Amino acid sequence: MPVEVRLPTVLRHHAGGQASVRANGETLSDVFDDLVRQFPGLAHQVVTDDGALHKFVNVYRNDDDVRYLDKLETKVSDGDVISILPAVAGG
Amino acid sequence: MLRLSADVRRQMVEHCLAGLPEEACGLLGGTAEPADATVLYPTRNVAASARLYTVDPLQHLRADRDAEQRGLELIGVFHSHTHTEAYPSPTDVAQAPDPGWHYVLVSLMHADPVVRSFRIVDGTIEEEAVEVS
Repeated sequence: MPVEVRLPTVLRHHAGGQASVRANGETLSDVFDDLVRQFPGLAHQVVTDDGALHKFVNVYRNDDDVRYLDKLETKVSDGDVISILPAVAGG
Repeated sequence: MLRLSADVRRQMVEHCLAGLPEEACGLLGGTAEPADATVLYPTRNVAASARLYTVDPLQHLRADRDAEQRGLELIGVFHSHTHTEAYPSPTDVAQAPDPGWHYVLVSLMHADPVVRSFRIVDGTIEEEAVEVS
């Protein structure tokens, strides 16, 4: 399924400066694999070597935080917008 | 240098005071060059702590979309220090999410809140002037 992936500013230089790119897959895991195939610099930025979502990254499928869905196994549909945002925190 | 409208500064300080005794936080929308924060996005501190803050992720998403719809972008984050100076803590430096952002600290340790802004790049803190218009 083709989806739109919106990249945070801090990752855009890995995708030629693009704020939004297209990727394909049945699940988020597939989508991120396709994203890395297109833009190898995005490897390890969203998904850890253990195959999990990075702790300091929030990912939304449309308005839903995927941590409350099926995480990287969340299914995606044609036209979904996947938003990647850095966690903003401190003290 | 970071420009803030008087209204944005006022809203930011009010949000920080309203968050006491916890740290308050929010996002700044505007233009990156020149750095001009024209929209304030007060957010919930989901850490609910007097020592830590975490911007509510869903509010972050909505702020990002709203800024884009306005032809702007998120250019930084603000948060309060309830009992310490308006200077980035080691935690602030370690967790700074974007080297392009402006990090605004609001200290509430004195009667008059102090607002200062910083760039944090590769662990290096550099203070910048804040111009209030």
